[in-house]
Amino acid sequence: MRLVVSKGRVIDPVSRLDATLDILVEDGRIAAVGPELSASGATILDASGRVVVPGLIDMHVHLREPGFEHKETIESGTAAAAAGGFTAVVAMANTSPVNDTAAVTEYVRRRSAEAGKATVFPVGAITKGLEGKCLTEIGELVNAGVVAVSDDGHPVENPLLMRRAMEYSTLFDVPIIEHCETPELHPGGSMHEGFWSTCLGLRGIPAASEEIAVRRNVALAELTGARLHVAHLSTRGALQAVREAKRKALPVTCEVTPHHLLLTDEAVRGYDTNTKMMPPLRSEEDRQALWEGLADGTVDAIATDHAPHHLDDKCVEYDKAAFGVVGLETAVPLCLDRLVDKKIISLSRLVELLSSNPARILGLPKGSLAVGADADITILDLERTSTVRPERFQSKGRNTPFAGWELRGGPVVTVVGGRIVWQAHDEAM
Amino acid sequence: MRLQRKDLLGIEDLSAEEILLILDTAYSFKEVAARPIKKVPTLRGRTVMNLFFESSTRTRASFEIAEKRLSADSVSFGSVSGSSVSKGETLLDTARTLEAMAPDILVMRHASSGAPHFIARMCKSSVVNAGDGMHEHPTQALLDAFTIRERKGKLQGLRVAIVGDIVHSRVARSNLWLLTKLGAEVVLAGPPTLMPPGIERLGARVTRSVDEAVEGVDVVMMLRIQTERLSGHDFPSAREYFRLFGLTAERLARARSDAILMHPGPMNRGVEIDSSVADGPESVILDQVTNGVAVRMAVLYLLSGGATEAGHAPSR
Repeated sequence: MRLVVSKGRVIDPVSRLDATLDILVEDGRIAAVGPELSASGATILDASGRVVVPGLIDMHVHLREPGFEHKETIESGTAAAAAGGFTAVVAMANTSPVNDTAAVTEYVRRRSAEAGKATVFPVGAITKGLEGKCLTEIGELVNAGVVAVSDDGHPVENPLLMRRAMEYSTLFDVPIIEHCETPELHPGGSMHEGFWSTCLGLRGIPAASEEIAVRRNVALAELTGARLHVAHLSTRGALQAVREAKRKALPVTCEVTPHHLLLTDEAVRGYDTNTKMMPPLRSEEDRQALWEGLADGTVDAIATDHAPHHLDDKCVEYDKAAFGVVGLETAVPLCLDRLVDKKIISLSRLVELLSSNPARILGLPKGSLAVGADADITILDLERTSTVRPERFQSKGRNTPFAGWELRGGPVVTVVGGRIVWQAHDEAM
Repeated sequence: MRLQRKDLLGIEDLSAEEILLILDTAYSFKEVAARPIKKVPTLRGRTVMNLFFESSTRTRASFEIAEKRLSADSVSFGSVSGSSVSKGETLLDTARTLEAMAPDILVMRHASSGAPHFIARMCKSSVVNAGDGMHEHPTQALLDAFTIRERKGKLQGLRVAIVGDIVHSRVARSNLWLLTKLGAEVVLAGPPTLMPPGIERLGARVTRSVDEAVEGVDVVMMLRIQTERLSGHDFPSAREYFRLFGLTAERLARARSDAILMHPGPMNRGVEIDSSVADGPESVILDQVTNGVAVRMAVLYLLSGGATEAGHAPSR
């Protein structure tokens, strides 16, 4: 099967491309990139006036299957990914059963192959049952196809265990993705500790909770030589710790979420449980620091931490509500409107953050439009306007803090392995 | 004048005019308690439900008496075992079930901050917040203001010290909003472990010294150490707490000679307050309880659409 994506503005930071070109896809791979390509029998996808980028990769999602299919399934979650412009997602291990054995990894991969619109890369647990007590058989998990290990949702609290996990992970050259939190510092905390937690009378989660954990884990990465990726970084102090680690040339990377980039703890006013997630929405000062991190290169990736929940988990008292928000179907429009259109970062930098850097960190054969690469392509329309309507999500989760936001720019076509898996409804292509 | 709102959820979103309307209305209800027949027909035929998801003695009794004196039909539910709450029903289901019986007002206390706001959004009935978590306790602040005004004739320009466990206190937050809206000057004192971050941005001065806080003030408001909400390691012992932060006669002597002493109750005698001052001449602690009934009558009346004519109540 052949496909020509024609006359789009092709942006590929890895190939240093930003020009109006055609892309020829054959047998699921990029066959050629150049002006005025043609091939007999090829489907033509007119991308004139559009931006064509390497398929976007969300390196932090929760697909909830197996075990919590009432919240999300691999089918609904990857449909949400495709509709959000993502061609691949990295699925965390906190399912039931936990992805701590090859059998679960294989199940996730098989379900993804059967039902998945986007490619799913599973993450294996660091510790059995995410209990923080003993290591999983990381070697077997890597053989089965995990691309990283993480107890995401829970930090690895025991420092010796974390040291051993890091040392052991170097055998397989997989990164440790760590949820950096110090839970004993804030029992019952449900929002960022600061002025707004004081006003709202909610127990706080101080920024120090994250910074303490990031600094400990950076120190252990330095001790062990392991690759550490800090998940959903949210504070100025934690960002500074990563910046310092990078100055020492340690293999430390980090991701931030759209909600931490665009909202602050003030959004909790009114007690909307869709503003509750871990780490919590931080102060304006922290948010500004994340923007500086985007600009100076300290931040490696934007990831959604897509955490779908059932209405029953959210339609309760604020301090009893589940942590987490969905993100797959809002991330790209939010980034295009609030970061690129507002000139905070360039389009090329956004592609790095959403595609080439996640691929590099995880060692995926993706994130580029070079000849021979997997033909994963996202087509963006920078002028297209949309309103965030949770009731129209492909995801089963409706828990977004962005409902009603009007955004300019968004994905219009998602191509996975040369196959068009999603097109915007109003696209006449 | 009427109160143009469905619910009373907190002081933060009330205007000074609304606060004064409630206080003025309460004056006209206070006299009911002095009658031999303590009942007016004001809310006859109205149904009020008291939902106390967190235990309470004085606030619950105060609301129930206020409702009965207004001739409302009232029903109360506590967080007792055997109720649907203990059977795992969600708060929303409980509220919707009770609302299906068409109450006019839900009076609600809950251990979770924001719970009454959530129910108010979901239900058509008026909701009165009778204390939500560590957030607000608006009728307590109103009865405190009523009591201060009764004794001092005004709130504007008064100096008020609020002392103790500020971080866990909904009474402190509601009072801080109310007193600053009406022009009083507030100083907060307590150990740094019990002082929430950024509270000075709400217009209070913050100090660690009780002696300094009470110096020359018109009102000393002591707060209960909320043992049920302490997270651990907040202070080493009740003994040391009392030594550093407890109110004694010597400390109270630093206040103005005509200062009044308040406490929302229940008191931990010998921890935050010495019995000699709790029962002393400066104490208006029982007046607070008495006034609570009148203030809650006013709130229920105004939320039911009642009006108070301008100038009807004493203007102070």
